[in-house]
Amino acid sequence: MRRAIGALIRKDLILQRRTPEAAPAMVLFSIGTFVLFHFALDEREVSGNLASGILWVTLLFAAVLGINRLFVAEREEGGFDGFLLAPVDRTSMLVAKATVLFLFLCAVEVFVLAAFAILLLGPSLQPALVVVLLLANAGIAVIGTLVAALAIQTRARDLLVPLLAIPLSVPLVIAAARACAPLLTEGGAGALEARWLAVLGLYDLVFGLLAYAIFDFLLEE
Amino acid sequence: MRAIELADLGRAYGERVALAGVTLTVQEGETLAVFGANGAGKTTLLRILATLLRPHHGSAKVLGHELPREGWAVRGKIGFLGHDPLLYRDLTARENLQFHARLHGVRFERVDAVLDAVGMSARADDPVHTFSRGMLQRTAVARAVLHEPQLLLLDEPLAGLDPGAAALIDPLIGGGTRVVISHDPTFRGDLALGLRGGKVAFCERGATVDDVRALYA
Repeated sequence: MRRAIGALIRKDLILQRRTPEAAPAMVLFSIGTFVLFHFALDEREVSGNLASGILWVTLLFAAVLGINRLFVAEREEGGFDGFLLAPVDRTSMLVAKATVLFLFLCAVEVFVLAAFAILLLGPSLQPALVVVLLLANAGIAVIGTLVAALAIQTRARDLLVPLLAIPLSVPLVIAAARACAPLLTEGGAGALEARWLAVLGLYDLVFGLLAYAIFDFLLEE
Repeated sequence: MRAIELADLGRAYGERVALAGVTLTVQEGETLAVFGANGAGKTTLLRILATLLRPHHGSAKVLGHELPREGWAVRGKIGFLGHDPLLYRDLTARENLQFHARLHGVRFERVDAVLDAVGMSARADDPVHTFSRGMLQRTAVARAVLHEPQLLLLDEPLAGLDPGAAALIDPLIGGGTRVVISHDPTFRGDLALGLRGGKVAFCERGATVDDVRALYA
């Protein structure tokens, strides 16, 4: 299984490096959204709950762009058939795609957070934010892979991904936004609340197990 | 040993029956030639044998394993060449084959060997999207035979190839147990299956060129 996961990740990273599509689109979308909020709210700086809410809603919508593209090469260039003909565990596709999406999200967030800090955020960014980002990214990666695998089998995949991914991500966005809010508060960082981190961890675990249980069936014709 | 055993095999897409009542046996080392006009059910049959589609009716046994229940045991023993080359356009030929080599647990030396065998060594490091139709087909054949499969499932393997390229490919796809879809009435297999509208028009060892031509009339 490790061999197949490695092959799939390596292939996706080469394709993304050679013809970058999703990651630049996600970054540009996020920056555009921050600019819109900057003017729509008519505030030079935001903090606390408002800053956290803006950040996570933007990140989720940006992630939807990446989720939409996750299986396109597999669908359009016969990657699914090539993979299904190989003597490998089908779950390796789930693990590989979730890992690739996780890495994309982490890479995109480096630029997005910098843009957020410059365009909107009042207080400075706190290192503890990384913990929340990693936990939330894991959840988005799992749910995104599941939704993308389901949607890619349909003709309405561009519609289906946001329709499924956004409602399923509601608990994750709530927990991530609540966990981040104290870190984005004016006048110094607040404490990271363990219960929201626990909610994020639980979300990752539950959807990880769910994805593991049903992913094989999603790859069936 | 029986390589393929089909009994009343059928498959539908919604209400439309794509394949029905296919019963045949192919022995190890034999070639099954499949003929039929467009939409006759040839590709459906090939995809069922490749474990990419589930049969809806009857039974299919490939290399001694019941499909789809034991499909996992057959994967990796099949070389599949369909309409699509199953190659990523933005990867080079070598990267594509190395990707499949990793999936199949094949050593990279074999990648160089098959690229050489199909005459693609000189273009091995070019992206697949720069290839002509014939070069794409040659690379796809290299992918299909990369893991030295016991059973080859080939959909018009020589399509788009010039005579020189066809002569290169021929030894790679000849010899073993094969199912070959062809529109060439002169193509000879040990057993010929003619399909018309998803149903068996003939399935015999002594099918003539006229039998095949009648399918397209």
